[in-house]
This record gives sequence, C-alpha cells and structure tokens, in this order.
Amino acid sequence: MSTSVLVVGIGNDYRCDDRVGLLVARAVQARKGTHVRVLESDGNCTTLLEAWQETRMVILIDAICAGTTPGQIVRLDVHRQPLPSTYPFASSHALGLAETIELARTLQQLPPKCLIYGIAGKDFSSGETLSPEVSGAIPVVVEQVIREACSAS
Amino acid sequence: MRTTNILVDYLARVEGETAFSVKVRNKRVIEAHLNIFEPPRFFEAFLRGRSYHEAPDITARICGICPVAYQMSAVHALEQAFGVHVEGQLRALRRLIYCGEWIESHALHVYLLHAPDFLGYADAMRMARVHPDIVKRGLRIKKAGNALMAFLGGREIHPINVRVGGFYHVPAKKDFAPLLEQLSWGREAACETVRWVARLPFPEFTQEYEFVALRHPDEYPFNEGRLVSNQGLDIAVNEYEDHFLEEQVPYSHALHSRLKERGAYFVGPLARYNLNFERLSPLAQEVAREVGFGPVCRNPFQSIIVRSIEMVYAFDEALRLIEAYEPPEQPFVDLHPRAASGCACTEAPRGILYHRYQIDEQGLIREARIVPPTSQNQKTIEEDLRAYVEQHLDTPKAQLTWRCEQTIRNYDPCISCSTHFLQLHLEQQ
Repeated sequence: MSTSVLVVGIGNDYRCDDRVGLLVARAVQARKGTHVRVLESDGNCTTLLEAWQETRMVILIDAICAGTTPGQIVRLDVHRQPLPSTYPFASSHALGLAETIELARTLQQLPPKCLIYGIAGKDFSSGETLSPEVSGAIPVVVEQVIREACSAS
Repeated sequence: MRTTNILVDYLARVEGETAFSVKVRNKRVIEAHLNIFEPPRFFEAFLRGRSYHEAPDITARICGICPVAYQMSAVHALEQAFGVHVEGQLRALRRLIYCGEWIESHALHVYLLHAPDFLGYADAMRMARVHPDIVKRGLRIKKAGNALMAFLGGREIHPINVRVGGFYHVPAKKDFAPLLEQLSWGREAACETVRWVARLPFPEFTQEYEFVALRHPDEYPFNEGRLVSNQGLDIAVNEYEDHFLEEQVPYSHALHSRLKERGAYFVGPLARYNLNFERLSPLAQEVAREVGFGPVCRNPFQSIIVRSIEMVYAFDEALRLIEAYEPPEQPFVDLHPRAASGCACTEAPRGILYHRYQIDEQGLIREARIVPPTSQNQKTIEEDLRAYVEQHLDTPKAQLTWRCEQTIRNYDPCISCSTHFLQLHLEQQ
C-alpha cells in the first residue's frame, strides 16, 4: 500500500515502558490525516522492511533504555547519522531496530526520509503500567510526530 | 600452569544468554561447560490452574521464532488426553502453518545468522554490503514464510488462530490465491539457496551422534510419528519419559536432557534429514543430489545445507497442501475435556518439542511438562565444543573462538526457549 507517510509504533504492550511506542501510534492514529498510515509493530525486521516500501517518509517510535533520564525524547534523522550497532533500543529479537535500519541502509531500502523518536524508559518489567515520566512524554511526541507527518504532505 | 583466557562478551546471532568455558591440561580438554544463565521462565508453573484451551496461546509465548511448534505440541498433547484425533483438511492446515514457521525460521538462520560465519563476516549487515542480492533473497524467503503464518495464524508472531481441536477460522480455497506466486517463487529461491550454501567452505568435523527425530510412515515429519534414532530407538511418543531424562547441572539454568541409556543425543534438521531422507519430496531429494549431498550428513557445520533443503521441502509441501485443499465442514473438532493426561512431540525448526499435560475433570491443567529442542541438544553442543577444541589446540585463539561460536550456532540454539553472551574461558596448562 502506497502512502506518503508511515508512522510505526514499536513495542510490547506487556513490558511496561516498552509499550510507549504503541501508545504514541494509537494516539496518532486517532488524529492522522489521510496521507498517513499508522502501524503497530513488535519490531520484526522483514515486516518493517516491507511496510516502508514505497513510502516517502517513515517515523518510527520506540522505547530506549539508554541510561538517560526517563521520559527523555531523542529524535534521530537516520539519513544524517548512522545508528551505532549497540544503540540501546529495547529489543529481545535476533535483529533489533538498529540492525534493521542499518540493513535497510545497506540494501538501499530506506525511505527518502526516516526519523526515529526514542523515548527513554525506566521500567521494562512485566506489566502494563507506564512510568509517570514516560507517560508524560507521550503527548509531546504525538504532537511532534503529527507536525512532522503534516509537513511531509 | 600456563593459562590462556579467551573471552567473548557477546555471542551474536543466537537468542538468549550463555557462557562457555573449557579447561585444557596436558593437551586434553578436562572440562567443557555451556553455562546458560538466561533466567528461568517458569512456564510450566504458569500453566497450572489454567484452562486447557489456554495452553496453545500461553506456550506460544515461549518463543517468537517458533510459536507454532509450541502450539502444535500443546494441541496434540491435549487432544490425546481427550481422545480426539484431528484428521483431514484440519490436519493438512496444521502441516501448512508449520511449513510457514520452518520457512521463516530457517531463512532467518541460514541467511542472517549462520551464513556470515562461513563467509567471514561478523554479521548480516556486513555481509549485505558485499552480497546485497543474496541477503535480499533471504529476506524475501523469510517474508514468504511469515506471510503463510500470518495468513493461517492471524499474525506472523504468536499466531492467534490455533485452538485445541483445530482452528478458530479456516480459509476458503480462493483465499490462498495471493500466496501462490510468493510460494512458487520461494520454492525456486530455496533451490537456489541449496546451490549457494553447498559451495560454502566447511570444516571437516564429525562425531558418533545419536540422531533422534520423529518418523512417520508416509510423510517428512511435522506433527506425528514415532520417535526413532540411528541407534535403535523406536518408541511411541508416550514412552518418551521412559527413555529420556532431564537433569540439573550446577553451572546452568537450563536442564540437560539425555537418553537414559546412552547420554547425549542430537535433534533438529540433521536428525530429521538423516532419519527421513526418503520422505522428502522428489524435488527436495533432487536438489540434494544435484549438489552432491547424500542422504546422511554427520557434519553439524553442514546443517546450513540441510536447513536449506528443508526450506525447499516446506515450500513444496505448502504448495501441495494448498492445491489439495478443500475447506473442512467446521474449523475445529468438538471435544469434551476429561480428567486425563496426554503428551505429544512435534518437530520444531530446531528439533523435537515434547509437551505433557495432566488435566482435571474441570478441564484445568494440573501439571505441565515442556522439553524444548535446545535443552535436548545442550549435551551434544558441549561434546562438539570439547571435541573441536581438543582437535584444534594449536589454532590461534581468535580463530578458535570464532569456530566455537560457529559450533554453537550450528544448532540454531534458541536459548530464550532455553542465549546472547558467550564467554569462552580457555584454561591451558
């Protein structure tokens, strides 16, 4: 399906702060324009590579565990900076988000514009409750994502 | 005493956390331990007190790569308990969803996890810089497997459409149409994969293994058959616990499985292939012969070839099943829970997966036992590491470490079913 902007929330609903990407995606879904497609993902490499084919812009939202202040928002423009292989996106999969991005870059399968919003988490244990700091970051990221998605239209 | 330490902090391209240590004295390996320190996950305890119908969905959560295997072993074990045998097109659909899992799991391992070992790349990203078309092919094959799983299972990971007795929903014949082109392409791409991996450089290495796999009278095994080995084992699955034992070892969180009478054994693609070659489809056999690969392989490094042949089979079998498909009258077989126990083994991509459940009169699970393939292969992995190190003591440390990692990856271990850290401690006198 070809749309100009794809927003992807990545995470696990049952690992506390790891679900923040999914919650941002759901909030964007409720307010998005017609040119924006929203996807929830567990970070599966092939699904992501497939999903962003033929899009002009992809915005990925994921929790990070960087040892920084919980709730801190990090915006990365993937075309301007390579992701370090050890970039601490929360993932227990064989190929995490950083590897997927670098693989796509190598295979020339990145969309022309690719942004990542990382939100620093604190608690990745089992459960559905977000840390207050992480929860507080959601409206900020939602506004930024919608603004960026609209600017691409 | 001269001591040499080789430390690898992070074993990439496997799932979970483990360390490996070997002690060498007088050019003899005196100890080789695979220390899995991934925390215990207590799934067997979670299952107690839950309804029987939750077992396939709870156990699927054990693994994101082989959830279908957990679902299949669970439903077969519970159906055995309730005296139900699922046949016809429902049985065929179970084989079909298993084809999807084998394809996605094998493609991931062959292309992204194992191939870089043979070509000298640290990871698939570096391999992709030099071989982009090969990596693209691998990703496309994996996608075809994922598509099949999503089609039948409702989603790619942790499918939600499998239930005890069958499925919640079954497709119409015409629903398969969008998959056919992808699967036909996949079958040819899998043949190309076999031709490609057969040319990789393999170290000479083998041991006297006891291969254990399911064997069915007519089919390459997924869900049913007797448990057989190349050393005379030939038992019904409900005799499993009479012949196999799990035991704790002081240095690992994972239980070690062994044959009571003979010790370590080998499960997975090599075991299936060696015990079932003639059950492969004519095309899969033909591709094996074309690359000069015989019906028996005892070199675990060549498991990448066998996985690729199994991918050919899985695509071929999927297309055959789809062609023969007629929708069943209802998506599941009615069943009546009763106080009983049942067990089953199915062939996960990594080897046999055993489940046993004790159910009470309300249909609640009183006891559950799950033996994943990786725990069954641990002793053999340790024996391979011991033998390989002993045969290559003069190999430079970095190269030996690389080979040790590769030796572990030969088994495509899924330590989350039961590993990301490898710490190789080589102590030499």
